[in-house]
Amino acid sequence: MSRKQIHLAAHFPGVNSTTVWADPRSGSQIDFSSFEHLARTAERGLFDFFFLAEGLRLREHAGRIHDLDVVGRPESITVLNALAAVTDRLGLAATVNATFNEPYELARRLASLDHLSAGRAAWNVVTSSDAFTGENFRRGGYLDRADRYARAAEFVGAVRELWDSRPPGGAPGTFAHSGPQFRIEGSFPVPRSPQGQPVVIQAGDSAEGREFAASAADVVFTRHSTLEAGREFYADVKGRLARYGREPDDLKIMPGVTYVLGDSDADAQERAAGIRRQQVSPQNAILALEQVWGRDLSGYDPDGPLPDIDPDPDSTLVQGRVRVADPVAVARKWRALSEAKGLSIRQTVIESTGRQSFVGSPATVAAALEEFVATDAADGFILVPHLTPGGLDDFVDQVVPLLQERGAFRTEYTGTTLRSHLGLPDPVWKGGTP
Amino acid sequence: MTSHRPLHLAAEVASGAGPDAARRTLALARTAEAAALDFLTHDDTFAGPGLDALAVLARIAPETRSVGLVPTVTTTHTEPFHVQAAVATLDWVSRGRAGWRIAVSPSGAEARLVGRRPAPPTAELWQEAGEVAEVSRKLWDSWEDDAEIRDVATGRFVDRRKLHHVDFQGATFSVKGPSIVPRPPQGNPVTVVDATRPAARDTAAHHADVALISAASAEEAAALRAELHRGARAHGRDPGQLRVLLSSTVDLDAYEGGAGALAELIAGWHGGGAVDGFHLVPAAGERDLERFTSETVARLRERGLFRTDYEGTTLRDHLGLARPVSQYAKAVASA
Repeated sequence: MSRKQIHLAAHFPGVNSTTVWADPRSGSQIDFSSFEHLARTAERGLFDFFFLAEGLRLREHAGRIHDLDVVGRPESITVLNALAAVTDRLGLAATVNATFNEPYELARRLASLDHLSAGRAAWNVVTSSDAFTGENFRRGGYLDRADRYARAAEFVGAVRELWDSRPPGGAPGTFAHSGPQFRIEGSFPVPRSPQGQPVVIQAGDSAEGREFAASAADVVFTRHSTLEAGREFYADVKGRLARYGREPDDLKIMPGVTYVLGDSDADAQERAAGIRRQQVSPQNAILALEQVWGRDLSGYDPDGPLPDIDPDPDSTLVQGRVRVADPVAVARKWRALSEAKGLSIRQTVIESTGRQSFVGSPATVAAALEEFVATDAADGFILVPHLTPGGLDDFVDQVVPLLQERGAFRTEYTGTTLRSHLGLPDPVWKGGTP
Repeated sequence: MTSHRPLHLAAEVASGAGPDAARRTLALARTAEAAALDFLTHDDTFAGPGLDALAVLARIAPETRSVGLVPTVTTTHTEPFHVQAAVATLDWVSRGRAGWRIAVSPSGAEARLVGRRPAPPTAELWQEAGEVAEVSRKLWDSWEDDAEIRDVATGRFVDRRKLHHVDFQGATFSVKGPSIVPRPPQGNPVTVVDATRPAARDTAAHHADVALISAASAEEAAALRAELHRGARAHGRDPGQLRVLLSSTVDLDAYEGGAGALAELIAGWHGGGAVDGFHLVPAAGERDLERFTSETVARLRERGLFRTDYEGTTLRDHLGLARPVSQYAKAVASA
């Protein structure tokens, strides 16, 4: 088997405008049956893992709770423990914030998930710095950007020490970790879990994020959905691994991508445009504009021209969501686009945001996915459906068989653990005090 | 003496830290469910041993249909916002069968696992546990039941007037809210407090839907139940919404008179108004729970004291507790 194998994961649809709720086929974002349907579909498609994002504070806009998008989700690890009962092989990945948790408790919860799923647990490490989210937590407060990664790196290191504090099959040992962020000691209560160390996923694209991933992660969740950007990122991150004594295959790079299938490429393009119109409602178009401008633009007509005032660079209008990095430049680009093509506010937003990553017939999409992987722009994909819970059905029914025919995707699970699906080496026990 | 108060039965199912603990716990859960017990508890402490209790019961939820699932959840070194979200999620994945047994972490060893603060005195820990119970109810209520509207005409997924900041200020923490999790199926999952020790009793009277007590005689149990009812009233609660269960570790091999005698004791104490039911902590899990369900429960059924099958679907249904209206909805209605 010479073909490079594709890894696939399924992202439960999120709480932003990518997820279409106004469609009659859109089901509950919170009933367990929705999670069960999507997870079983992913397992039917022999996916590597199922992925849940995390929410810690509802988004606010202009001081009010944002009401235009799907909102409300369960606590990730608890849902995944339940999904372990209705799936057998599928990896189960929870996003958990390193800023608003503590290493001991999270290490125990993840080791518990790994036991209860017989070796299928993964942790997507994210960090947060905003005081807005902190208002829901004991520790509250603000971490500046550098401290976020310092805390996250020490957090992951401490969690690994805890997982390693018990030898395989052995009795509880003791651990003692002392660093700038954490001074903890005691005995880890969970026997060494089936994977030894659950899989660690890292999302983040900054230089610190890339270095952190190269040093500590098994999977990187990226946002790059073009071939060129993907290849640049892939080469950069894989190139950093040697410094940490790691092989290129020890870290899998998986961009989060969207897709639209159709009977033909033209049909798929038409459907994709329809989905974009559903995603960018007139109200959402004004909201997207306000997120860039940082101003109240509720008086503008979504079918009219863009505002001629400039963005407010210091705005706090948007809370609970990362602000656009350079709003003035984005506004200039949008205006130019609008003027060049004669587009309204809504048309401009549709044209410039969140285009689907892969659009076409199943054959076209399968070929494009394989090209990404074969040419080292990715090791696989985290697929983000736009509908709950049926959004993955067509991909599994129509694209997976084509990837299998091409010899680029497994035709059965060959192992039982997530590490085995991802082809990751078993962790060497580095633990504890003998 | 006959009683029309239903009898409530529960059992502890934690199975230690061994490699087959979760499998054994599932087998115990099935035994308890076959006997239509109200709920299972799964004990835990912040320091373990073994797997996280809420995780184990979440894993069991899809493999059971009716029995209530009540993990011990600690409140001393955990984040109240995460804790309430996990309990609400257990309620979602079990379709309305979740509870939580609140516990505190008094030891220095537990405090050193986090290294954030030394363990405060036990009385303060229970005060804090009460605040965690209070903020959890607020967060569960922070989404009114009909907050999700999916109104295509106005583009709104939720009615933001039905999502509420809770702005809770406790002695040791504050929470802004609202919760990230929509209101769980039971509205508020069931709060259980182990009130066997005096330090926990006021928190139980204030916040518990189910209080566990220990007593050597029916008189002692009746006095404790009356004390909890008085406390509930003093906190402005309806004591009719508080269930008091005798909790006892039982070795049915050594129990004088065996499983039948235990049935007589439960029937007598319940009929006399000393308790609302019994929480079995089996000395040896499989053996004692098996004998309890096949002999003790059978005897109670013969006397018409215990249900032969589940009549409702949620834990609140089993316990005869009303599904609470969101406290924020009430505030609006009376305004």
